[in-house]
Amino acid sequence: MAQALINVPAKARRGEIIEIKSLISHVMETGYRRSDSGDLIPRDIINTFVCTYNDDVVFRAELFPAIAANPFISFFTVATESGVITLSWTDDKGATEVRTAKITVE
Amino acid sequence: MTAAMMRRLLWSGAPGLLAGLVAAAVVRAGDIAPADKRSDYSLMSRDTQAMQDDDLANPGMLFVLDGEMLWSRKDGAENRSCADCHGDAAASMKGVAARYPAYEATLARPIDLEQRINSCRANHQGATPFAWESKELLALAAFVARQSRGVAIAEPADEKLEPFIRAGREMFERRQGQLDLSCSQCHDDNWGRRLAAAVIPQGHPTGYPLYRLEWQNLGSLQRRLRNCMFGMRAEPYAYGAPEQVELELYLMWRARGLATDSPAVRP
Repeated sequence: MAQALINVPAKARRGEIIEIKSLISHVMETGYRRSDSGDLIPRDIINTFVCTYNDDVVFRAELFPAIAANPFISFFTVATESGVITLSWTDDKGATEVRTAKITVE
Repeated sequence: MTAAMMRRLLWSGAPGLLAGLVAAAVVRAGDIAPADKRSDYSLMSRDTQAMQDDDLANPGMLFVLDGEMLWSRKDGAENRSCADCHGDAAASMKGVAARYPAYEATLARPIDLEQRINSCRANHQGATPFAWESKELLALAAFVARQSRGVAIAEPADEKLEPFIRAGREMFERRQGQLDLSCSQCHDDNWGRRLAAAVIPQGHPTGYPLYRLEWQNLGSLQRRLRNCMFGMRAEPYAYGAPEQVELELYLMWRARGLATDSPAVRP
């Protein structure tokens, strides 16, 4: 299982702009490198990152082979209501990692 | 003799305890003055420092989490985990990384933290040692080293280490490779200046294993040393070679007093 670290503020004021930070372990193999025996190492990168806030998609990114290993993604959204923020990463092998965090909006 | 050299010599004689004797016997006038000694952290950009300082942005912490799982995973013929003997790492491993490499009596030479982990695996867990630079070995080493964050690198207390520190120092100061360079020419004489765009650090191994952005991975001090030798166009020593450990030991002796900061982030 991949390790992931996420940073979502536990509390925010309504309308406040909050920063969400995420870090996940992944090799992000570009598909351009060759092994010692000369074979092409198949591409294996996280290709999609999605953040939902109470089922609304608030941030979405497509990733490409130029992104470094263990990608760190940070972005901003507006704290609208209390609920759950879900982050998910999907890679070329079809594996999806999901992390959730609760936020209380006052 | 200059005033600065006098100060260095005087300082070198100051520690009077047994631990100080090992240090005092190796100190020389050309060493970086204690007042000038600083962690390589201080020479990094503010962005990279911020990445290291934030546990939720420091990619080394991903390995620490893996290491935490390995710490309590039963393994080997003995079906025993690290935690079964050592208990809570926060207590039992605090300060350990700050005093390695340490003298190993059965081998009559020093071994580093990774070698200690593997010797524990072989002798106490009945498990196969992890390969050098394997994810598992780096993760466990990072988890152990994380418990010492902020602890000052110890003066080597065991006087049996002294000949090995000297051997490491001799290697550090010896010109080698096709560029005919010594480690000391960069890291003692020209630290703080630039080699192309990169600032030359003093080369204190405070934060190993550390996440190097260039590697996009965690790496050991031995990897870093091989990397430096490759850069000098010298033939790197094999992983686990006694010379590598002597160099590690000298570097830790040279960095004594600085706080450890593993898992560090370096450019």
